[in-house]
Amino acid sequence: MSETDVALRGLTKRFGDMVAVDNIDLDIPRGGFFALLGPSGCGKTTTLRMIGGFEEPTAGTIELAGKEITQQPPHKRDVNTVFQSYALFPHMTVAENVAFGLERKRVDKAERKQRVAEALDLVELGPLASRRPAQMSGGQQQRVALARALVNRPRALLLDEPLGALDLRLRKQLQLELSQIQRDVGITFIHVTHDQEEAMTMADTIAVMRDGRIDQLGTATELYEHPRTAFVANFLGNSNLVDAEVISSSGRYAEVDADGGARLKVPANAVAAAQSPQIRIGVRPEKMTLEAGNGQQLDGDSNALLGRIVDAAYIGLATQYVVHTEGGADLQIFVQNSSSRTSGLDEGDRVVARWDPEHTFVVEREEQHAG
Amino acid sequence: MRTPLDRLRDSLLGVWSVGAVVFLFVPIFVIVLFSFNDNQGRFNFTWQGFTLRHWADPFGVEGLQQAFVTSIGLAALTTVIAVILGVCVALALVRHRWRGRGATGGLVFLPLATPEVVLGAALLGWFLTLGFIRGFVTLVIAHVMFTLGYVVITIRARLEGMDVHIEEAAMDLGANQLTTLRKITLPLLAPGIAAASLLSFAISIDDFVVSNFNAGQTVTFPLFVYGASRQGVPPQVNVIATAMLLFVILLMFVNLGFQRRAARRQNRELEPTPALGL
Repeated sequence: MSETDVALRGLTKRFGDMVAVDNIDLDIPRGGFFALLGPSGCGKTTTLRMIGGFEEPTAGTIELAGKEITQQPPHKRDVNTVFQSYALFPHMTVAENVAFGLERKRVDKAERKQRVAEALDLVELGPLASRRPAQMSGGQQQRVALARALVNRPRALLLDEPLGALDLRLRKQLQLELSQIQRDVGITFIHVTHDQEEAMTMADTIAVMRDGRIDQLGTATELYEHPRTAFVANFLGNSNLVDAEVISSSGRYAEVDADGGARLKVPANAVAAAQSPQIRIGVRPEKMTLEAGNGQQLDGDSNALLGRIVDAAYIGLATQYVVHTEGGADLQIFVQNSSSRTSGLDEGDRVVARWDPEHTFVVEREEQHAG
Repeated sequence: MRTPLDRLRDSLLGVWSVGAVVFLFVPIFVIVLFSFNDNQGRFNFTWQGFTLRHWADPFGVEGLQQAFVTSIGLAALTTVIAVILGVCVALALVRHRWRGRGATGGLVFLPLATPEVVLGAALLGWFLTLGFIRGFVTLVIAHVMFTLGYVVITIRARLEGMDVHIEEAAMDLGANQLTTLRKITLPLLAPGIAAASLLSFAISIDDFVVSNFNAGQTVTFPLFVYGASRQGVPPQVNVIATAMLLFVILLMFVNLGFQRRAARRQNRELEPTPALGL
């Protein structure tokens, strides 16, 4: 396990009666790209602002590189922030903006000049050093904000939805550039976003937040392939979730009873973590296949549910089906249009939806959350 | 297609506009004109010929120079105090949360809504009760009181339009609160501070009602003019008024020049650079 850079212990923030951040424990590893992902109001920005020193925690502690910094004011913390609004100093040139932090640290003039130039080269803004922020585009301003923070070589860089204000094309480009820069400089990046694709593109580790708590922590693959809550399953991509009850567990797979009588197989280790036999199982829409039929041929190694197509929508690279199962669930199924031949399936057809048991995940049953 | 009715409406609109401007500017024009009046005797109400003698000797009336200097000093001191206090009040109201914040925000504007006569009389009552000797000091206190509200309104508007994250960014980059105030907040507030200064200076130098209650033996320019008017306003008053008018017009042109230059520079630098398409 790598060294911890930022450690949160029981971190809590209340605004009046509202609990924004609820007793979070988190270790953010050194030198990685870490994302706090969640819908608006989940407490991710408040968490970041507490690390930056802009909000005082109601309870709990924050450690940076092993030293507690909970009570330190922002200007004494060895972290720098890239704000969502960029927050560039409008009365200073780009070079003056970038030099601001070095001046505060009393870095001598020659070194300051060199480091400012390096930082601007890193974000490819060298030629625009004498401009003012108002004379630049959003993407350029974002790069200045990044250079202004990175030039100080902080222990950790905090990014508060830094790409939120940019258009889609530029956002995609900057996502790749940000990951590249992070690898180049090796500084810990802590990135706050509500965009699951952005988090999955850039981050090594993602913490999915909901209602002030961390729902699940893991790599993009872990979160997508093995979500542990219905919220994570739905927030990162689409999921089909059905209630199920564990009947037996032996060997590699557990057998569950789901969707009003169907017997399905679920990886045994996924079931083992569940608190009770009453669980929900899930499968991603693109992991399923469809074939015409009424269930005569149900057998073998795959999981299968019978149903009827109630909606079919051609969306270019895939066709998106909604299948109403015999047990009353609606399943979303994506069938890739990889050949010119269409599947020949249409609304009203009786079908069998199949998937590999390995692709089945298990989430806790809980009150249904919106979102 | 323009119909004759459209043309008629346009020409009527022109006449109406000219009329409105004339209505507004005739009194000012009369003041300027009569600063050149070669008046005989105490009165300066009828045109009796052109002269430059009042302009050659603007302070030729006893007490006028003293009153003018008093007014300038009073307005300057009032402005300095009101702007310093006003910036503090505005910062406290916008950037901090504290008990009594809402009440303060409302009460600061109360002097603006109070009739000046009431304000002047009430201040007089207090000064008498507290045993203050009325004079320059009581004038400064009174003027700061009724200009403060304007300063707070102006600075607060500017501060509310300012992204709070800019100040946070400064602190994030290692600036303590004082450095942030000095390097970031105050420079960004500068246009608001300039506007508030001009406003409070103009309101202070113009004030008659409140000053009349609280001046004691001190005579400001408006008080002098009022006193003089009972026996005929000397043309030198018109000279001073005209000079102040010219000064204000000059300031306006200087300001306009700055704005044009800033706009031109911005336009020039906004042209796209071919190397960076972003």
